[in-house]
Amino acid sequence: MNPVATPFFFYLLSAIAVISALVVILKKNPVHSAMALIVTLLALAGLYLMLYAPFMAGVQIVVYAGGIMVLFLIVIMLVNLEEAELQDRFNKMWHVATAAGLALGGLLLFVYYRGARLFPDAGPALPENQNTQAVGIMLYRNYMLPFEIASILLLVAIVGAVVMAKKRV
Amino acid sequence: MFLNLIWLIPLFPAFGAAMMFFFGRRAPKAWVNAVCVGMVVLAFLWSCGAVWQFTHSGQPQFEKTVYTWLGDGTGKLTFPTHGGAPAEFKVECGFLLDPLSSVWLLFVTGVGMLIHIYSTGYMAHEGGYYRFFGYLNLFMFSMLTLILANNYVLMFVGWEGVGLCSYLLIGFYFHKHSASTAANKAFIVNRVGDAGVLLGTFTILWLFGTVNFTGVTAAARTNAAELMGSPLIMAATLALFVGACGKSAQVPLYVWLPDAMEGPTPVSALIHAATMVTAGVYMVARSNALFVLAPESMKVVAIVGAITAIFAASIGLVQNDIKRVLAYSTVSQLGYMFLALGVGAFAAGVFHVFTHAFFKALLFLGSGSVIHAMSGEQDMRYMGGLRRKIPVTFATMLIGTLAIAGIPGLAGFFSKDEILWQTWSSNGGAYRFLWYMAFATAIMTAFYMFRLVYLTFFGEPRMSHEVEHHVHESPKSMTVPLIVLALCSIFAGYLGFPQSLAKVIGIHAQTNRFEHFLEPVFARQAAPALEHAGEGHAVQQAAAGEHHEGATEYLLMFLSVAAAGFGWWAASRAYSKAGKGYAEPIQTVAPPVYRTLLNKYYVDEAYDYVFTGRRKIGAVRLGAQGLGSALWKFDSEVIDGGVNGTAWATRTLGAVSSLWDKYVIDGLCVNGPAVVTRALSYPVRMVQWGVMQWYALVMVAGIAGFIWYYVLR
Amino acid sequence: MLEIGTTHYLVVAAMLFIIGVIGVLTRRNVVIILMSIELILNAVNLNLVAFSRLYDLHGQVFAMFIVADAAAEAAVGLGILIAFFRNRETVNMDEVDLLRW
Repeated sequence: MNPVATPFFFYLLSAIAVISALVVILKKNPVHSAMALIVTLLALAGLYLMLYAPFMAGVQIVVYAGGIMVLFLIVIMLVNLEEAELQDRFNKMWHVATAAGLALGGLLLFVYYRGARLFPDAGPALPENQNTQAVGIMLYRNYMLPFEIASILLLVAIVGAVVMAKKRV
Repeated sequence: MFLNLIWLIPLFPAFGAAMMFFFGRRAPKAWVNAVCVGMVVLAFLWSCGAVWQFTHSGQPQFEKTVYTWLGDGTGKLTFPTHGGAPAEFKVECGFLLDPLSSVWLLFVTGVGMLIHIYSTGYMAHEGGYYRFFGYLNLFMFSMLTLILANNYVLMFVGWEGVGLCSYLLIGFYFHKHSASTAANKAFIVNRVGDAGVLLGTFTILWLFGTVNFTGVTAAARTNAAELMGSPLIMAATLALFVGACGKSAQVPLYVWLPDAMEGPTPVSALIHAATMVTAGVYMVARSNALFVLAPESMKVVAIVGAITAIFAASIGLVQNDIKRVLAYSTVSQLGYMFLALGVGAFAAGVFHVFTHAFFKALLFLGSGSVIHAMSGEQDMRYMGGLRRKIPVTFATMLIGTLAIAGIPGLAGFFSKDEILWQTWSSNGGAYRFLWYMAFATAIMTAFYMFRLVYLTFFGEPRMSHEVEHHVHESPKSMTVPLIVLALCSIFAGYLGFPQSLAKVIGIHAQTNRFEHFLEPVFARQAAPALEHAGEGHAVQQAAAGEHHEGATEYLLMFLSVAAAGFGWWAASRAYSKAGKGYAEPIQTVAPPVYRTLLNKYYVDEAYDYVFTGRRKIGAVRLGAQGLGSALWKFDSEVIDGGVNGTAWATRTLGAVSSLWDKYVIDGLCVNGPAVVTRALSYPVRMVQWGVMQWYALVMVAGIAGFIWYYVLR
Repeated sequence: MLEIGTTHYLVVAAMLFIIGVIGVLTRRNVVIILMSIELILNAVNLNLVAFSRLYDLHGQVFAMFIVADAAAEAAVGLGILIAFFRNRETVNMDEVDLLRW
């Protein structure tokens, strides 16, 4: 497929992502923040599509937005919300933290500015319809071991989460 | 035998005193009498034997050294003398018997013996009988040591001893405040004089290298030419004379003698009339070789003697206490003696000492008899008309008064007349101005003595009826000594019968035995060397007792008799009919003069202001007490102030130190590191807050740092 | 500007990263903090995928693993949160002070 109106979509999706990310951290109500995070994830999925990674986009939506965020929402439901809404959003050191974060951001942007010539701006257009296969081949061929370990990791996580959330009877 | 054992003479009364000290308290009176009086009698007899032996030995003097008291002959105690020649320091316990000391020996032991006998009667009813006799014997021991010593230091031992006994005996009635005060006064004033004696002795030792009388006299006489007028000799003699003033009660150190009448009357008779007060005269006479070498000192001696004579006589004119009159009379007569010594008439002075001892002792003992008869009354204003009631006392006192007034035929006339003549004629008439003072004194002496007799024995009785009924004659133990002394007062004078009078009367026997007897002591051995010595020449002439004739002498003799007669007449006019409330003539004529004389010229008060400091002048206290209070103030303010200041400084230093400790040491050095550590630890603590976001922040900061460091640099 | 290069994607990723970091450091609510952590992970994912376009597909595979990891971590984190909430009845980060001095 030929990319069409790439800048427009890029800027649109980027804006949506960044703005909803801001909403995530600025809202008092955690449900609102979760909703905003879902929006961010969806925007990111769109950005993945623009980067010729459709599999990644799909995984993003299915796993992240569909799985993790649902988990978040369930937990938010379990947790006391009224009290949280009455309290302050930010903690005592938010000035310093913001400054540090912005400093780090500035640093990163400076690095990108300087090192922009280190890598090419655009690469060859990869075939999209071959993406999933390619990822699968690479996953099961080159990264077999990490794949197995990741499964164990997930097992451990499940067991841990269950144990953690279990009621002590 | 007597002479060889001459050292026994002082030891007899010493033994008596020791007996009293150990056994006296429980001894019966008879035993005390036997021991003490017996010892003095023994001493007198021994003295008579010794003097008899001496005079028949033909020697000019007899000296016996018993043992060496200070120093030894090993040569370790050499010291350089004034001339540079080294001398050995040695003080012996030695005895010297020459004409001078034999005169003193005889009358001291004789009069002492009589007074001891008298005291057995006088003190019969007093408490402390054994103590009294013990002190009296101790006094005799000291006086005999003084007289018989052969050197200045041993004489000084006796000197101090008589001063001590004087103190003990004046303060015999120590329960009486006035008596103990008087005793203190006597001792202290004596002490002032003693400093003079010591200084004089030291100077003599330094000059001559020896304190021996014979040594000093010989050295002085052989070196007379270069020593004449030497300032050191003058200093030594003046120092000795100061001591004599203290002991013999001359101006200004006479103040103790009148107060010394607080003691019992025998004490006054023995010590303050006959013996102790003559010690000063003895010392000056003994040092005549030195005095002759210092004409200025002799002048001082003569002037002081004359002033004392007239001063004391004037006070005696108005005193009302019978013993006080006699006390001032003693001071006045002592003035006469020093006047004689000062003009160079040493023999005349000694002769007056000799006669004065008899009649003054007689007068005092007589007054004691009067007081005994009057049941203790001493004030003449309350006496009168006693002559028929106590005839023996009256007769003897009258004889004594005639003697002291200088009525011809009795002892006092000869001695006093000799002094007056010598004053007028010696030294080429240089001392004539003193004769006038002596003459006036003679008038006053006759006046006050006869005043005493008239007020006491004549006139109407002025006493209370009780006392009048008790008036009785004294027991034989008291009257017999009075009679003996009266006889001596009459006949002792003939020893000094002047040659001029003998010529007039036509006696061709040996005249003026006394002066001849004393010649070896006072005559100059090296007469030719003195021919060129100016002033000393005239003195030498007088001392040698030159024969003198001429109308002047008879004129003066007549004048002195006239003086005595005038005084007697004036007294009889004023007092012979004295009844109750009689008037004092001086008071009638010049009351201020009377008051001054009655108050003794306020000398004691002046001394209180200046020397003792018992009275303050305004706000200032002078004298000894003033010095004491000044020193006390110095001590309490300066020295104690210094101590307090040191304490304050120490306390302040302690406070500063504690502040330093509290704030600097504890605050800075101890707490400081703790505070610094705590302050420093605050940020360090924050590393582990327990707030997780903080960790995350640190991580972010760390990442930023890493990126910056590794990527961008 | 108009020509979208890799750098653009990197910048976006950086912005998301910073927002996530600020969110972690600043918010009091533990749930929001966990969500911010998800943001950070997603920013990294974007970074990886952007670079994988230039080179081989290694980046995408890595991003996949990250997604899996993020899921596991979210699950465990929320489990911990629930356990903590049961004890303390609060989701305030300030109250997580058992290890504070």
